[in-house]
Amino acid sequence: MSQDHVRDEPDDVVVTSPATASTAAATATPPNTSRRRFLQSAAAAATVGAAPQLRAQTQPAAPQPVSPPAPAAAPARPVTLQINGREYALQLEPRVTLLDALREYAGLMGTKKGCDRGQCGACTVLADGRRINSCLTLAVMHEGEAITTVEGLAQNGALSPLQRAFIEHDAFQCGYCTPGQLCSATALLGEFAAGTVSTVSADVRRHPPQLSDDEIRERMSGNLCRCGAYANIVAAVRAVHGSASANASHAGPAGNA
Amino acid sequence: MDAISYERAADLTGAVRSGQQPGASFIGGGTNLLDLMKGGVSRPVKLIDITHVGGELDAIATLPDGGLRVGALVRNSDAANHALVRERYPLLSQALLAGASAQLRNMATVGGNLMQRTRCSYFYDTAFAQCNKRQPGSGCAAREGFSRTHAIFGASPQCIAVNPSDMSVGLAALDAVVRVTGPNGERSIPIGEFHRLPGERPDLDTTLQFGELITAVDLPPPLYSDHAHYVKVRDRASYAFALVSVAAALQMDGHTVKSARIALGGVAHKPWRAQAAEQMLAGHPLTDTNVKNAAAAALRDAQPQRDNRFKIELAQRAIVRAVNQAAGMPGGVA
Repeated sequence: MSQDHVRDEPDDVVVTSPATASTAAATATPPNTSRRRFLQSAAAAATVGAAPQLRAQTQPAAPQPVSPPAPAAAPARPVTLQINGREYALQLEPRVTLLDALREYAGLMGTKKGCDRGQCGACTVLADGRRINSCLTLAVMHEGEAITTVEGLAQNGALSPLQRAFIEHDAFQCGYCTPGQLCSATALLGEFAAGTVSTVSADVRRHPPQLSDDEIRERMSGNLCRCGAYANIVAAVRAVHGSASANASHAGPAGNA
Repeated sequence: MDAISYERAADLTGAVRSGQQPGASFIGGGTNLLDLMKGGVSRPVKLIDITHVGGELDAIATLPDGGLRVGALVRNSDAANHALVRERYPLLSQALLAGASAQLRNMATVGGNLMQRTRCSYFYDTAFAQCNKRQPGSGCAAREGFSRTHAIFGASPQCIAVNPSDMSVGLAALDAVVRVTGPNGERSIPIGEFHRLPGERPDLDTTLQFGELITAVDLPPPLYSDHAHYVKVRDRASYAFALVSVAAALQMDGHTVKSARIALGGVAHKPWRAQAAEQMLAGHPLTDTNVKNAAAAALRDAQPQRDNRFKIELAQRAIVRAVNQAAGMPGGVA
């Protein structure tokens, strides 16, 4: 991961309301040409010049795979996404990932691009409540699903219990992985409540009796934190789970009696 | 990523028809395919989205013989947590949960897991021109490279890559059958014949024919629900591919092993059944000596690469642990 790759550059940020984002996106293409895009184009141009010699030096004669050549671009098509309870009418090429659709087309910069290859979890969002890596899926495949990003976790201006716990427990340093950690942890609590097991559960045939720190660590292992805030992330998740369990028991039949 | 066209298949017939177009590839969860496309390793020109074909591809259902049919589009997390899988095939649950992360398991399908390609870094990195799997006839950079994660069984001079799937190792121990459909109709492929050894054609991972689509995985009636265990040894505690993994399933009669199934992951181009060890265990009391001897027999014919001799000892210890755990702690972990 290069520094450029993980940092949100000011000139890359498009400040729009969701409504204007839809309008802007409906007219086509990404909202603006960023410095990052320019650098990528420049690098690609340089590679084109260098590539033939490299191939000549290192590549023995080999049959080419039998497949038609890829076109340079495919036509954009209308793709409607439900994100955080709002509808976004976008024009997307099929190859646009859900992550790029969120950031570059819907203007929702909360979801972060870390590795872009499913290895870090920074891009974690919820699709119909299930946590997924938005970098390894195509936006066009998610029409009709309810997508929740970090921007959608707060309700009516109030932070979610996990968001408050992350602040209280100092569960981040630079904050880059935090949107993914929050989405992931939100789903984790629901998964545990639904009775799912993990690879550290003592017996997959039974529901784990408690959400131990080992269970939290394993269930959060898809979210890397280069600052190493893991201990505090575990503490934040544990705290919210503990208070939710306590509330549930208070609200139960005994609590009502 | 190259530009692609996209088509959402409405049903199985449509998916099979569309899959025969030149340069077409099926996409399910996409967790491996899109990764490979971003790296320029796979270059389909058209993706056929099969996630909406529905029907039995999305279902888990019991079979008349007492077995279980797991649809190809069932997500790894759903398969691992399905009540019948957890109760009757805890080995499959454990194998699935040992792989990837919660997010990826929510996306990845059972059929897609079977189609996972190797994580050999020389295959993945197109800066290395030599890779017979990526470019037939170009050579094998791994043979002269860092071979720590590579095969100790069944490799060929053309390829020393290993299959990365945990699920497939569990399926191999359970004698699963892969059901496919294609231009020439339906057929069933025993899991042991589904993945290939590299031989002269390392570009082919499986015995699937052109245009064929996996529809389900059939599990035979459960014989190993009470005594099964999956051990995965990796460089970090979670979210990493196996250096070595072992799926062990036993039928016990008191302290005696009635029958045993042992499959190894991370050691070959396909899940590797340790039949010599299975035969040595069957019909004998489960003693430390018997288990150790069986583990030694399982690795007797191993042929390590320059950097992975450690896998021979590691695999033997993992077999001992998996078998002992299977015998003593039903459904438990190491």
